Parts: sequence; C-alpha cells; structure tokens
Amino acid sequence: MSAIDTQPQTPVVVDNYLNHTKGVLSWALTLDHKRIGVMYTISVLLSFFLGGMFALLVRTELIAPGEGFLTQDQYNQAFSLHGAIMVFLVIIPSVPAALGNFIMPIMLGAKDVAFPRLNLFSYYLWVFGAIFFVVAMFTGSLDTGWTFYTPYSIDTDSAMSGVIPALTGAFILGFSSIFTGMNFIVTIHRLRPPGMTWFRMPLFLWAIYATALIQVLATPVLGITLLLLIMERAFGIGIFNPALGGDPVLYQHFFWFYSHPAVYIMILPGMGIISELIAVHSHKHICGYKFIAFSSVAIAIFGFLVWGHHMFVSGQSPLLNAIFSAITFSVSIPSAVKMFNWLATLYKGSISLNTPMLYALSFMFIFAIGGLTGLHLGTLATDVHLHDTYFVVAHFHYVMMGSALIAMIGGLHHWWPKITGKMYNENLGRLGCILVFVGFNTTFLPQFVLGSQGMPRRYHDYSNFLPEQVELYATYHMWSSIGSYIMAVGFFLTAGYLIHSLFAGRRAPANPWGGRSLEWQCASPPPYDNFAVTPSVGDCYDFSVLEWDEKEQGYRINEEARRKQAYPGEVADRSGAEKLDGD
Amino acid sequence: MAHDAEHHDHPDHLAHHFDTPKQQFEAGKLGMWLFIATEILLFGGLFVGYSVWRGNHPELFEYSSHFLDTTMGGINTAVLIASSLTMAAAVTVAQRNDPVKQDKRPILILLLVLTLCGAAGFMVIKYFEWTHKFAEGWYPGVKYYEKPSDKSHTWDSHAGVIGVEMTTIDTVDGAPTRGDLGLPDTVTVELPAAAPVAVAPDHFLADKLAAVYGNDDAAHAGDPHGADVTTHDAKHDEHEQTHPLQDPHRPRDAHIFFNIYYMMTGLHGIHVIIGGIVITWLLIKSFRGQFHRDYFTPVDLGGLYWHVVDLIWIFLFPLFYLIH
Repeated sequence: MSAIDTQPQTPVVVDNYLNHTKGVLSWALTLDHKRIGVMYTISVLLSFFLGGMFALLVRTELIAPGEGFLTQDQYNQAFSLHGAIMVFLVIIPSVPAALGNFIMPIMLGAKDVAFPRLNLFSYYLWVFGAIFFVVAMFTGSLDTGWTFYTPYSIDTDSAMSGVIPALTGAFILGFSSIFTGMNFIVTIHRLRPPGMTWFRMPLFLWAIYATALIQVLATPVLGITLLLLIMERAFGIGIFNPALGGDPVLYQHFFWFYSHPAVYIMILPGMGIISELIAVHSHKHICGYKFIAFSSVAIAIFGFLVWGHHMFVSGQSPLLNAIFSAITFSVSIPSAVKMFNWLATLYKGSISLNTPMLYALSFMFIFAIGGLTGLHLGTLATDVHLHDTYFVVAHFHYVMMGSALIAMIGGLHHWWPKITGKMYNENLGRLGCILVFVGFNTTFLPQFVLGSQGMPRRYHDYSNFLPEQVELYATYHMWSSIGSYIMAVGFFLTAGYLIHSLFAGRRAPANPWGGRSLEWQCASPPPYDNFAVTPSVGDCYDFSVLEWDEKEQGYRINEEARRKQAYPGEVADRSGAEKLDGD
Repeated sequence: MAHDAEHHDHPDHLAHHFDTPKQQFEAGKLGMWLFIATEILLFGGLFVGYSVWRGNHPELFEYSSHFLDTTMGGINTAVLIASSLTMAAAVTVAQRNDPVKQDKRPILILLLVLTLCGAAGFMVIKYFEWTHKFAEGWYPGVKYYEKPSDKSHTWDSHAGVIGVEMTTIDTVDGAPTRGDLGLPDTVTVELPAAAPVAVAPDHFLADKLAAVYGNDDAAHAGDPHGADVTTHDAKHDEHEQTHPLQDPHRPRDAHIFFNIYYMMTGLHGIHVIIGGIVITWLLIKSFRGQFHRDYFTPVDLGGLYWHVVDLIWIFLFPLFYLIH
C-alpha cells in the first residue's frame, strides 16, 4: 500500500498542472500556486532583463573617463532605475514569490497555500506596482537612487516627475510582499500534513518562513515611509523636508528600518536554496540541520537591529554608532554557522558537479567575500573612508547579486525539471554558470580596489580627479565593464538553453538529482492537486534510501530500505497518517 | 484512499485545499492576526514619527492641539466604542445562529446595521471636523509654513550658540592658541544697545521648558516679552479669535503638528471606510443567511479588524486632542 504512495509516477503523459485546463483565462485567473509561481518567475525574469539592460548602460558609460554616450541626468536615471527595478521587482520577489510559490506547498506536502485568492491578488499587486515603475521610466525622470533619500526625492525644482510613480509602485509592491509573507506563514503553520513536524521541514522552508516573518514585520514600515514621502513631495507636510523644518535623517531611519531587514528578505531564501542544493548534489545528509534552521531565524531577528549601520556618517550619535556596529558584527555569527555547515556537508560527500551544484559552489565563494567585506563596512573607522565609494557598491553586489540572485538561478536550474518537466542541456548549463561566475568576479572584484582608492559611487564621469587617479580608475573601470559583458553573455546563453529545453528538452524524471524532500516524490511536472494522496514524510536529507532507476533516468526511493531506516515516530504509511489525523 | 478529501464531508464553505473546517478557521484566524500585526506596524511608523516630533518640539503640540475640538473628538470616541460593542455582539449572535431555522438572523442584521451606522457617523463627524479646520485655515501642506527670515526670535538664538563655540575652541588641550594663529587673545563682540540676541536663547529655552513642565514662571524668567506670554487658558481664548497667521506666538513649525494630525487621522479614516465596506459585505451575506454556528469565520475576522480600527482611534484621541 505504501509502496504505491511514494514511488515515482509512471512516465505516460498524465494530467498535470500545465495541461489541467487550457486558455489564457485559465492562467490569468488561476488559484493554483504552481501557475502563480510560474507567472511570477516569468515576470521576475523579464524585470531582471530590464534591470540588466540598465546595468549595461551604466557599465558602458563608465568604461572610459570623460562624458560618454549618456548625459549626467541620463546616467543618474539609469542607475536609479537599475537599482529600484533589481531590488523591488527582481530580488525581493525572486525566491519567495516566484520559486517559493511553486515549491513551498509541494515541499510541505500541502495542496496549495493557505489563501489561494490572496496569492493571486499578490501577483496582480506586483504587476500593478511594476506598471508604476514603467510609468516612472517613461515619464523619464527618477534620479534619486533606489533609496529615495530626502532631500533629493522632494526637490521640486528639478523635473523629477518619475519620483511619485516610483514611490507608489514600491508602496504597492510592498503590499504584494506582505500578503505573500502572510500566506506563507499561515501555510507553514496550518497546512503541514501529518508527520511533517517543524524539524522535518526541509531547510528551504525554514528560510522561507524566516523570510516571511521579516516581510510581514518590516514591510509595513516601508509602506508608511513611502506614503509619508509621497505626501511630503505632493503637499509638503514638512516631516522629512529640512527646508520646512523637517528631519531628513528621520527619513533615513524609517527607510533603513525596512530596507536593512529587506536585505535579509533577499539573502535568506537564497541561503535556503543553497542548503537544499548542497545536500542533494553531495548526496549526503545536511550537517547541523538545527543550527542552519535556527541561524535563519537568528538572522531574521538580528536583521531588525542593525539598520543604523547605513547611517554611520549621517550624524548619528557616536554611542548609537558603536551599538549598531557591534550588533552588525554579530550577524556574521549565524551567517558563518551556515557557511561552515555547508562546507561540512560537502566534506566526504559524493559531489555531482551538476549546474545547480556549480551555482551553489559559486554562491559559497561569492558570499564569503561579500560577507567578509561587510565587516570592513561595519567597522566605524574604515566605514568613514569607504562610505559611498565603490567598495560599498562591490560589497552589496557580492551579497545581493552574486549571492541572492546566483542562488535564485541555481534554484531555477535545480527545480527546472520539476517546473517544466524538461531537462536542459547540462554542458551548456555548466558553461553558462562558469561565464556568469567569471564575469561576476571580473566586474566586481576591481570595484573593491576602486572604492578603497577613493572612487565615489554614482559618478558618471571621473575625469576630473588627479591624473594618476584617473589612470588607475580607468583601468579598473574598464575591467569591470568587460566583466559585465562576460556576465551578460553567460545570462543570454542561460536564457537560450532554458528556452530551448522547453521545446526540445528530454522529458524529466520525477527525481533527476536524487532529492529526498516531498517535491521529488510527485511527478514532473506535478499534477494539479500536487499529490494524489497525502505523501508520507521521512527525513528529507536521508539519501541512503534512494536508488538509481536506469529506465527512468532518475532516482527512486527503495521502499524496503526506507522502512528499515524509519526512525521511531515516523508515519510509515497512509493508514498511520489517518490515525494521526484524528478524525 | 485516492480521494483524501472525501474522507470528511466537504461543505460548500470549505475550500478544496483544507481538510477540515477547523483547519480552515484556524488558518483564517492566524492570517487575520498577522494582517493586524502589519496594520499596527503601518500605524506604528506614524506613531514613531509623532513621538520624535513631540519629543523634539513639545511646544508645537502644546500650542496646536488647542485648535482641535475635544467635544467632537469625544463624541467620535464614544461612537466607535459603541460600534465595537455591537460588532462583538454580532460575532456572538452569528456563532449561535441555527443554520436551518436562522433564528438569530434578524438580530445579527440589526447589530451589523448599528455597527455600520457607527462607522458612517464617525466619518460624518470627522468630515465636519476637517472642514471646520479648513475654514479656520489649517490646510494640510505648506500654507502656514513661515520662512526663517519671517520670524526673528527663534533664529536669533543661534547667535548665542556661536559665541559658546568660540570660547570652547580656545580651551582645547594641545590645539593652537589664538596667539599661535596671530589672533588677539580676546575678541570683543560689539552688540547694539538693547540687542535681543543675547537674551533670545533664554527666551527660546524658557518657552520650551514651559511647554514641557507647564511652568509659566520658567517662561517669564528669562523672557523679555514675558508680558505677552500669558497662561495657556488665556492663550486658548486668544486663538479662538485670532487667525493663526496673525498670532505672534505661533511656534515656527506649527504646520507640522497639523500635517501629522491629517496623516494619522486621514489614514485612520481610510481604515474606517474599509471597515465599513467589510461590514456591508458581512451584512449582505447575513441577509442570505450564510452565517451560522458551523460557519461564522468572516464575521469573526471582520470583527477583529473593526476592533483594531477602533483601538487605533483610542490612541489617536488623547495623543492629539487631550494635550495639556
């Protein structure tokens, strides 16, 4: 009886979420978390393309000193839109809303998220917010940087008609993020099937849960901040405007109270993905499960207490600076806990260098640099020198782009067979990953040097420095720009083979990598209701019970081995599950 | 075995992805509490803004709150508390309604209508309050902002600070002395006769102290215009007649108090309207007899939301109207 429940389904073309119903409306009005996840993924990737184009404009402008092909204003708009699009439209929703929507309920063993209508509503809020960004782009003028600092953002003398649309867009996107977070918290609390205890949840779910907590508890503050800023700009309420007696530093406090936790909204789900990738592709039980799980929660909590480190030179009191600096250092403890546990998992593992694993290894290399350079910036004395230089730019690109987005792309490759039911070309995948990795480091390693040599961020022209500085900056900027082109080639290659796989890819088995969590127990692509029967839950990192199925070209669970391994209390089969259900 | 959901009887109001009505109810309730947490945080930002401004500029709040009508605010508070009571009663009645006989349906409808009247009444009173403020000239925005040059005394106070800084520079250990820099040992600043510069800081501080401690003597002590600064009650009467723009005692940033007031009560008003829409929706479903002891989740959650909207007002009322 139980053998039927857990074996991969037979490879005939069966009813799945993609062919369950047909027509545009069946997608546009769907309540299925998988379809919503797919729509999010496509939207986020399109925004990623747009944000990437702006990045290339910025890098091309900076390739040589002197005024390039962009004017000063155009350059300001290019980097502002790059930052705002990448943060609000791409990275924040990339893992939780896009991949999380698809994977989370299946991993949990649920049929859907707790509030499917709210989920669809979140998606349309996202679309609506994105439209406002497009409006801001075409009305031509958003040049405040993504942080909307006062008084730049309330300077009514300049013709920045794009500021209010962009603020409105970010406000709406914030609510999209809040509703997604609420949905996920309730789903994880209330829709866990029998046997799925907290400590049997895959670590991705812990990370998603910690992220959702931050989304729910931090984003409303951003909402009210943006609302105040809209009012400030529209009516001049005077709270943030120094010319009206207001306090611009108060705005910075409000903004970073959300936006620092938001950094962890970006990185935590990425860390969750890496925990899955490292364990599955090393075919070895994750090391320090509880440490990784709790470190996610610890990062979420610490994340709320460090916002002041963005304001060391904003006239904060020295005592406050010292306190924020100390708490900032302590964030490195849970982050390091994760790193060492991943390393320990790799140790003596049977590592398959698949594309997702290459992305996971890239993540570890890049995140180590991104995290450690954060210590330079958290140190008060060095921050005064490095503040607002390219060192900061390089640091947060190492964490947000090199870590969060690389993890997202890695996760996309990991779950691509599950989402689409197709396998991509593995060799092209590896090549793409290497190009992205090399391109990324070529782009951003030189920027650390640039910053420590004094190159300020947000300058469109650096020809007015001392001649020897200009010479130095020109060299590093050129390398940085070349790196960005390499990275672009890597991403276009990736987009190419992924799209190609949709049409010509090999049919994916239920479990191509040898994963043990529940999403690998349903077919690829999953059926409409995820599981024909509520699946049985075991230790999701115990890979010893998996065996290779030559016919399927994928892994399957050896039932006999599994029953032997079942530890006390495990719900071994369906009849047991019903007893636990209690009704 | 293959039809998991069919083990339980699956009533209409139970969504396909839940196993039991209890699970669905608990999910809804947890979701609502989380939503309430976000609402409180949304207002929390405004409360923090309020605290920062009140901490730094108590005189603005002390001065401006006299322009708010305590009676109208008090009536509104009573209206909202009463509507919370009817809402709570509506939840209980919905929980006791029989699904077939619908014996409690009329009283459920009555209670919801009363709650809705509370919401509408609140907004009507709020409308009159705001229009009254507009008629008095307290518009939101910059209309009553005064440029520093318009008003001398608050900005003169900086002259005193500059003087202090000059003397401290001389006393820093190891720093070059004035002699090293070729400057005379002492600098004599010639002040015009009867210059207000020297006393202005005291006046400014005393105003602040008076505002914080309610001690008028402090205000009189170092204040050259002491005679003009009368007690708060007299001030109050004075404002009743004087147009704020003509009032010489208006603190420089008084407009900010009103902007915070408009932001907070405005956002709260939007929530009251949303609450009214939710109650209307509940009312329509109650007419159809859809709430009964087996299914009352929307009434329960709508009620929770309504209580939070009321609760926020309970904080707003004393913070704006009852400052003395």
